[in-house]
Order: sequence, then structure tokens, then C-alpha cells
Amino acid sequence: MSLVRETDYGTPLRESGAPVTLVIDGASVTVPQGTSVMAAAMTLGTQIPKLCATDSLEAFGSCRLCLVEIEGRRGAPASCTTPVENGMVVRTQTTRLADLRRGVMELYISDHPLDCLTCSANGDCELQDMAGAVGLRDVRYGQDGAQHRTVAKDESNPYFTFDSSKCIVCSRCVRACEDVQGTFALTIDGRGLGSLVATGGPDFLGSECVSCGACVQACPTATLNEKSVIEMGTPTKSVLTTCAYCGVGCSFRAEMQGDKVVRMVPSKEGKANEGHSCVKGRFAWGYATHKDRITKPMIRAKTTDEWREVSWEEAFAHAASEFRRIQGAYGRDAIGGITSSRCTNEETFLVQKLIRAGFGNNNVDTCARVCHSPTGYGLKTAFGTSAGTQDFESVERSDVIMVIGANPTDAHPVFASRMKKRLRDGARLIVVDPRRIDLVRSAHVEADYHLPLKPGTNVAMINALAHVVVTEGLIDEAFVRERCDLEDFQVWARFIAQERNSPEATQELTGVPAQDVRAAARLYATGGNAAIYYGLGVTEHSQGSTMVMGMANLAMATGNLGRDGVGVNPLRGQNNVQGACDMGSFPHEFSGYRHVSDDATRDMFESLWGVPLSSEPGLRIPNMLDQAVEGRFKGLYVQGEDIAQSDPDTKHVTNGLANMECVIVQDLFLNETAKYAHVFFPGSSFLEKDGTFTNAERRISRVRKAMAPLAGLADWEVTIRFAEALGVRMHYDHPAQIMDEIAYLTPTFAGVSYRKLDELGSVQWPCNAQAPEGTPIMHVDRFVRGKGKFMVTEFVASDERTGPRFPLILTTGRILSQYNVGVQTQRTSNNVWHGEDVLEIHPFDAEQRGVREGDLVSLQSRSGDVSLHAHVSERMQPGVVYTTFHHARTGANVVTTDYSDWATNCPEYKVTAVQVQKTNRWSDWQEQDRASGDLMRRISRGAANAAE
Amino acid sequence: MSAAKLVHMANQIADFFRSQPDEAAVAGIAEHIRSFWAPVMRRDMYAHVDAGGQGLDPLARRGVERMRGDDPAARAAES
Repeated sequence: MSLVRETDYGTPLRESGAPVTLVIDGASVTVPQGTSVMAAAMTLGTQIPKLCATDSLEAFGSCRLCLVEIEGRRGAPASCTTPVENGMVVRTQTTRLADLRRGVMELYISDHPLDCLTCSANGDCELQDMAGAVGLRDVRYGQDGAQHRTVAKDESNPYFTFDSSKCIVCSRCVRACEDVQGTFALTIDGRGLGSLVATGGPDFLGSECVSCGACVQACPTATLNEKSVIEMGTPTKSVLTTCAYCGVGCSFRAEMQGDKVVRMVPSKEGKANEGHSCVKGRFAWGYATHKDRITKPMIRAKTTDEWREVSWEEAFAHAASEFRRIQGAYGRDAIGGITSSRCTNEETFLVQKLIRAGFGNNNVDTCARVCHSPTGYGLKTAFGTSAGTQDFESVERSDVIMVIGANPTDAHPVFASRMKKRLRDGARLIVVDPRRIDLVRSAHVEADYHLPLKPGTNVAMINALAHVVVTEGLIDEAFVRERCDLEDFQVWARFIAQERNSPEATQELTGVPAQDVRAAARLYATGGNAAIYYGLGVTEHSQGSTMVMGMANLAMATGNLGRDGVGVNPLRGQNNVQGACDMGSFPHEFSGYRHVSDDATRDMFESLWGVPLSSEPGLRIPNMLDQAVEGRFKGLYVQGEDIAQSDPDTKHVTNGLANMECVIVQDLFLNETAKYAHVFFPGSSFLEKDGTFTNAERRISRVRKAMAPLAGLADWEVTIRFAEALGVRMHYDHPAQIMDEIAYLTPTFAGVSYRKLDELGSVQWPCNAQAPEGTPIMHVDRFVRGKGKFMVTEFVASDERTGPRFPLILTTGRILSQYNVGVQTQRTSNNVWHGEDVLEIHPFDAEQRGVREGDLVSLQSRSGDVSLHAHVSERMQPGVVYTTFHHARTGANVVTTDYSDWATNCPEYKVTAVQVQKTNRWSDWQEQDRASGDLMRRISRGAANAAE
Repeated sequence: MSAAKLVHMANQIADFFRSQPDEAAVAGIAEHIRSFWAPVMRRDMYAHVDAGGQGLDPLARRGVERMRGDDPAARAAES
């Protein structure tokens, strides 16, 4: 249930199908074949009473409340399960139907407690609404039904309760878990009045439930209810906005009481999520008002000093003075900045503008450096633009889905649900991943082929797959001839056909049997619409960019581009990775991926901004840190990133930060990077500002302000004020004006405006005169670069090698309940699912080292060592261990190395040679970090009072 | 930046372009470094080459030398 009632058609609307015309209550209506009578009636605005039906689920036909009369038919069929037919004449309201519905409602209410006034769903309950709609005035059967009042309320989930006494056994929760989420955690246990919704475990928390909220959303009563609603009451207003977690970019309504969020409800109108959500977006928003939020600007001379709270004016003046001092002493290029993939497009655009126009250099980078920078390089080389080719909906037309180096059920859960639905409907699945991720085999989903390659051998694998396509005559010759550069293709085909690229020749490298690779390649090439979805398991390698080009080669060779159901699709990590890249956050290019050396583009920016701009690429994040270690880079402005935790080789990162003379951190919390900062600008959460995010399908969606910034300024205002202190004039009254400037300067955004976004809900770039309502599928008739470009992708082994000292390979990643460096999710109840980073290790490797489940183990590499608890798991292959980097106290990146992608310097997080052994102590780094962490976060409270 | 790191990066770039015809490979390396390395990194590389270029892959070295000819960063280093 939700406060703001979006139109519920009762059953899903059909998008296609021959038109069918019928008459409902005297009015003629035409709908696609396959539409239910209930949904057809709702298109006329006639809501037929219902309880078990909702349009996110297929009809079930159990409540018997939606009965109608149809001329020529006996009885009163359920309108939800009755499809429309031409010439049908339906009556939804007759005396007989009213009597029948009242009778049904009497039965329901006889089994339901009548405590409406004190019920948490009072005013937000479909059962209550239906009792009113059918005119229920009396219950002849009394109140002695099996109300299950003695069944204990299940309060195990931190975010919602399950109260059997309120349950009408409509099965909406069970069906939502199956059809919408695809987890199958719920069932109906028992028969008749003894029927109860049950989980597979002892309770919700102990079951397979992933806490996505689909059941809560579907529940028509207070049976499944948010604890925040139980505590606070029903919301009184709502604000439509976009989730600030992963790159799926779900649309949510922030339902509020005044300036307090009561709950976040996924919007059915949101094209990225269509009413679905995950545990993070739906429930883990409490960090926004957590007591740890820093809401006052602070400065200090040394990182060992206490922080001193100051006014905004003093903070800006001090920061500007320091940056100008550094430039005077060490040169213009001695400072730089990092934009945030967690901030809005507008905020990101302003930061890179500040750096280019205000700092006078191009030392701007973004956290996409450490995740998807190879995507930008590889896809631009092959297709001409740095973005995925499809919209999310496209997966519904895929016949073969190849998931490479991605774990969507954990990292992109709402898209994973859409993908799993298509898989249940018959699409075939190939998983290329060192680990046996959930998609390999879970409820009603099983991969046709799992290719569990050794980490670091992606390119050998993609070459082997392509080798089969080329040598077995599976090329889509017409597509290649028409759409691709033939000369490049021929060079590539000759290369890929060489025996050394065959599955047989590469199986020793990859560890995957040749026959499985051959079978998977044949399926991809011949199984119909074939789509590739990939993640950081592709990009975070020394050959990340090569692998992206290898996937592009495979897709072009088989003609799997330019239409629904196909494509090459990066699953972006953070919410605005795509947008941050689009906005010109990389040191070598302006917004819209145009190189800084391009005179015409630079002229345009210089003309508008009124300052000369550098034509030279600036430093990337790792380059800045290298320079800092050497004493040549002295000042850094970091908006909304935590490089001291997220970036590889932590000791190198912190050495670089410690060597700087002025580090400015703008964030919600005193994160790990802030320990090395001299100026802290308090940031604003997504609830506190206006702007836009761009998700992994290039969809630009509005972020709308639901409450005032806790620190008084939104992030975009902070950047403007900092710029003004540096003498750079930026005048914007609202982020809409910043978007207007982006649109003016960026051809792919030329048609984007807040007005259009409000009208259409969202748009996918390119959005311009050629595509005024955006572009769901790219490269339909031609590639952006003209002809598709095949690139030779020679496999080159990583320099990171296992050996006697470090015989295992560590690969790192993410988990469902936590997000990136954890500063947000660890300030929510999500910690009940993942309270610490653990090391997953195969039973064979564990036994060899005498490691048992839960043991504290030391994880060592040439970069450093940390201790963490072991989880013995057959998800791993022998020789490979895995951990997450969510918890600062673990410090997983102390272990990762400085090796990186050849083209982009994206770190090679996925291949680190390590050793594991039992230990009884935390590592020296962990001990020191814990001791120094408290010291470096002290805030002088006396000064705080004085500042007030 | 440290010569060792720059050499490693340049050699990685050369590894990618090595499969292309010789002239295209040299041009590709030069173009890549020119497009993505900040001037200070390019200057440090030139200094390393002038000091003997230890560890630099011969193909990478040819790419660096090709780039140097029309690189203002190189001229700035010499002036």
C-alpha cells in the first residue's frame, strides 16, 4: 500500500495485441487483446472492487470481489481473470453484484480484527476501502473467525513487520516475491481458515527474503507494514525523486510528514524500476538524518589538530586562500579535484567547471576512474560513444543473456529482478564469472553455461568465444558488411581465427573446458537476440579496456546491436556514474566526451565561461596521488568520494593525501578521506536538493528536494560559493539553470530541460533535435562513429602473478545490503545482513590452511595485510578468494595493488596475489588505523559553541 | 612521476598496440599518451628517455619519441 495512490488497473496493461472493443456500463472501450475486463474498466475510470488483484501481478482470481455480469454468460465471472472479447457487454454495478460483493466482504471481515482506528494502516488500507466501496454495514457471521491473534507478530526484519492477524491471504505478497522480485521466499502454509503466509525459514530475517519490499508494497492491509509507518503514522505528502544508491536509478516517492521522511515508496511510473525496489533504496534511507551527519563547516591547520567549526564564509575564504597560496608556491597544476558519482549532474558539472575555469587546469577526475573508465574508452572506440547501448526494458526481448563479471542480484537488484523474470520466461543464460554467483543457480533460474574462468583471463575468454563464432561460420555477414568497417573486421577476423585463440588453446589459461566455451559461443551467436550485461569484473583489470572492446567485437560480429533485446550493457556501480562521466569529469574531456584539445569545443566553453581553458589533459586520480607522494601535488577538492577507502593500495593513497597541504572534503560524514582533510564542507543528501541523476541506461531523472539542506546549503550551492571565493563567477538560482547550460554546451543533452523531464518523467540521452524525446536504443541504423570498429584484442597476462609467497588470487566486490564504502548503509539497519567484510574461501584452500568457518585469518599481499573472518564457501573456485570493501575497519584495499588498466588507469581490483593464514590478531595497519582514526576525527566542541 | 611507474604504463600501452602493423602501433602509442597523459607525465617520460630509458619497451620508446616531436610539453621541458 502507499499513500499516493497511483492508478491501479488491477491486472497488467497489455502493450500490444489486436484491438478489442467492448462495452462496459454503457461506454465503449477499445484495448489490446489479452487485457482483462478489470483493466479495461479502469481505463474508463471504473474501479471494480478488488482485493487480490493489483496491476504489478498477473491475475489470481481468489478474492471473488471483482465479479461482473457479462451479457450472454451465466454467473458472475471475476473481472480480473476474464479477458476482453470483441462485442462483450459488461456491467460492473448491479444490485445482484452489490449483494454478492457484500457477502464476500462479510466473510473477509468476519476473519479480520476490527481495530481500524488503532491500526497502522488506518486510512491506507484497501480492505477498509473495499468495505466502504461495497457498502458493508453488518457482518452476519460475527467476529469469531480464525483471526490468528495468537500468532506472534514477526518483527525480525528491521524495516517491516508481518502480522498474521491482519492477513486476508490474498497471496499478493507471495506472488510479488515470485513474479516481481523473483526470490520465491514466501508461500501459503495450511488450508482454509488456517492458511497463513509463511517464509522458508524461522522468520523473515532467517529466510531467503532479500527485504526488497515488494511484499510490503503489494499488501493491501497492515499485515506487512513499514515499521516507520507504525512508529510515525501515515505520511501526509510525497515528493517524486530518484534513488541515490546504485546505477539502476529507481524512481521513488519520498512520503513525508512535514520535513520527516516516513517511507520511500517505489514509483510505478519510474521507467527504470516500474514500481520495484531493493533493500537499499526502499528502506536504507535513515543515514540522511543520522546523528553522525556533519552539518557545520570545519577547518584545521594540521590533520592531527581537532576540527574547528566555522561559518560558511570563513570556510570558503580559508579554502580559497589555501588553494591560491599553493598555486602561488607550487604552480597552477599543483591542485585538482574529484567529482562525485553520488552527486547530481549539475553538481558534477559545476565542480569540473570550477577546476577548469577556476583552478586553471584540467586536474579533474571522478570515481568512474576506478570502476567504469574502461567502458568509456572501449565503447567509444568501438561504437563512438561512451555508454551502454540499450534501455533496461530491452532485456525483456532478449533470447540469450550473457552476464560477464557482474553480480546483478547483489549490485543491481532491481534490474536483476527484471532479468530473472525474462529468464523464467525462457531466455537462455550464460554466466562468465570466477564465482558461482546467485544467477548460476537460484529459484527457477539456472545458467545454461557457467564459465568459471580464472581471474585475469577475461580477454583470453572473449577471444575464445569470438574464435568459435569466426571459425564455425557464425558471423552475421550482412550486419558486418553493412554496419562495420570491413578492413578492420578482416584484420580482426584473421587474428581471432588463429589457433592460439581457440577454446582448446586457451583453456589452460582460463581454466574453462573448451567444450563449454564452444557451446556457449554457439548459443550466443545462434540463440536469437543475444545481450551482454557486464560489470566491474570486466573493467577492473589491467586489460579492462581491451575486454570492453572484445565484447563489442563479439556483439558486432554476431549482429547483436541496434535493436531491442541485444547490445553491450555496462551495469554502473554508483547512482550517477554515467552522469558524472557525461558531465566532463575526466581530465581529458569536456561534457559529452569531447577532448580538451578539440579547438571548436574549447572555444565554445571559453566563450561562455569567459576564461581561457587548458588544451592539455589533466591528472587522473592515481596520477594526482603519485604526484602528491612525490611532493608535486599539494591541494585536492573531493566532493562526495572516499578515496582513502575505495581506491586501491590504501597506504599509497593515504601517503599521497598526507603529503598535501590542503585537502577539502565535501561529504555527509567524516569519512576515511576526511581524516586527511584540512577543510570540511558539509554535504547534502539526495533528499535535500534538486538536480538530476543519469542511470546505466543513459536515463536522466529528476532528483527533487524533499527537505531543507541540514547544513543550510545544497552541494551545488557550496561549489558556487567556493568558486566565488576563488574569484570565479558562477550565478545560478536553481539547478535548472545549470542544466540549461549543460544542454547549451553538450550536443547529446541539447534537448534536456527540467520542463521536459517534468513532462516526460525521464529521458535517455542523446536527447536533441534528432531525438527530442530521447534515445532508448542506440546505434539503430548506424553507429555514432559511423562504421563499427573491430579492434584486435591480444591477451596479455597481468603483471600480478601468483607464486610461492602469494599463491591465491583475491578478487573484491559488493554485496546486496551494503553500498560502496558503506558510509550510508552502515548508518542504517542494513548491518544486520552484513556487519563486516568476510573472506570467502573454497573448502580445499581452507582445509590446506587449517581454516574453519568464522576463523580470523590474515590476508596478505605485496601491498599490505589485513585480518578478517573467513567464510568457507563453494561459491569460490579453488585458488581464488573474495571479499568486499564495504567496511572501513577491514581496510580491504590495503591489500590491493597499484596495477591498473593500460588505457585508463582503472585499478586492477579483481586480481591480487595473496596468501591467507590463520591469525589471532588484527593487522598492524588495522590497529594503527583504529587508533589514529579517532584522533584525526576530533571536533573541538568548545569552538562549536563559540561558532554558534 | 616515478620513472618505474611511467615505464610500466607505457609498456602496457605498447602491449596493446603491438598487434597492429608497425607504423600504426607507433602512431597509436604516441596518440594515446598524448591524449591521456598530463604534460608533467610526458615531461618526466622524456627525461627518463634522455637518461637512457631503462626498462622501456622498444616499441613504447618509439611511440614516445614519435610523440615528442610535436609535443609542446617537450619543448617546455627543453626551454
